[in-house]
Amino acid sequence: MPNKTDDIELKLMLEALYQKYHYDFRGYSLASVKRRMGQAREHFGCKSYSQLQDRILHDASLLPKLLSYLTVQVSELFRDPHYFKIIREKLVPHLRTYPSLKVWIAGCSTGEELYSFVILFREEGLEDRTLFYATDINPEALNKAEAGVYEVDRIQLFTENHRRSGGKSSLSDYYTAAYGAASFDKSLRKRVVFSDHSLVSDAVFTEAHLISCRNVLIYFDRELQDRALGLFKDSLIRKGFLGLGAKESIRFSNQADYFIDFSREERLYQKRGDA
Amino acid sequence: MTGRHFEAVVIGASAGAVEALSVLLPALPRGYPLAILIVIHLPPDKKSVMAEIMSAKCALPVKEAEDKESIAGGTIYFAPPDYHLLVEADKSLSLSSEEPVLFSRPSIDILFETAADAYGAELIGIILSGANEDGARGLKAVLDAGGAVVVQQPELAYASAMPLAALEACPDAIALSLEQIASYLQKVVHA
Repeated sequence: MPNKTDDIELKLMLEALYQKYHYDFRGYSLASVKRRMGQAREHFGCKSYSQLQDRILHDASLLPKLLSYLTVQVSELFRDPHYFKIIREKLVPHLRTYPSLKVWIAGCSTGEELYSFVILFREEGLEDRTLFYATDINPEALNKAEAGVYEVDRIQLFTENHRRSGGKSSLSDYYTAAYGAASFDKSLRKRVVFSDHSLVSDAVFTEAHLISCRNVLIYFDRELQDRALGLFKDSLIRKGFLGLGAKESIRFSNQADYFIDFSREERLYQKRGDA
Repeated sequence: MTGRHFEAVVIGASAGAVEALSVLLPALPRGYPLAILIVIHLPPDKKSVMAEIMSAKCALPVKEAEDKESIAGGTIYFAPPDYHLLVEADKSLSLSSEEPVLFSRPSIDILFETAADAYGAELIGIILSGANEDGARGLKAVLDAGGAVVVQQPELAYASAMPLAALEACPDAIALSLEQIASYLQKVVHA
């Protein structure tokens, strides 16, 4: 039979993390958390989650490393190029009608999604009227996002994605490569506010025209998905836009009635005018 | 196997997957009770047509797995390309875009390990044709949780590396031809 003691210990560990450090993974999909916590346990050389819990509770310096295991940090610039193509072709014309714009990249991790949006907005002449909020719960990931440095061997993929997204410039205009690393230009960050924000426990902080939050909600259970989508609904202006990951949907959520499909295939939604 | 009760089957395959599944899945009759969860390796940027292809050939309903979907018996689920497929303790599905494992997303190991955790001894794990070692660890996890483990006979597989690695990890796994696996799957539900 599956080891149920493990499950008890894991849940206690998540409770401990919440009570001590206010990082709340209790509403995350457990299968994935368990896998990643198992890797962390191995890394810290602990035989059980209880042992790991003991160490984390008594040594806060271990927390960043644990968080880097628990939060998923895998992305690409212009991941799913078609998403950005549709934004460029169908959504940007709507955004142009506003004199100023706020865009929220929720769960920005190490910044790939953020830079994709800033570059797209620059290409479309919208950057100067836009304020970008890039938020995540993981301070180490936020630091990386703010640094904007990626391994140079990922650039080929980024470049190809950018091209397929309908990019109007050359990606190489935005970074300098040296010593195996590509540094994205600091001018891309002049309209960006980086901030620690949790979709689990924090509240509305802005009225955004567009929120992009891709491949974040899949790590949440249904209830937490509903909370996050409710937060997005309350954070959007009337007729504001929400973009989710390719396999995420608002359809089964209790927030579904507040949104209409903008581009069904691309998982782009628009908040209803009367919501 | 007499008297054993199974709830679900997990299947992993890579090179040669379409051909192997085209023999195996259509052999399962309408009303077959077990849920069938499948990971095959596909290029990440391809839209998955597997569910469509198999749907046309199978008596059982076939679909691409959706995040937070409850697993229904008698249904065949495929992991979507570029996402891992995981089974939750409450027998629902989760997707994840965590890093690839053994260069693979979806990963056979991840599906098998999480399914073993959720189903314990009520799971059958099957490794078919494939050219890498993904699935060996996962099949071992199925075995360790008390589940049944089956491997396509390597010499009959289009690519033998995956079944060979699985047999190395689980030397006591039953090695069968595709036709034998199909009849095994029917026998276990009538046992």
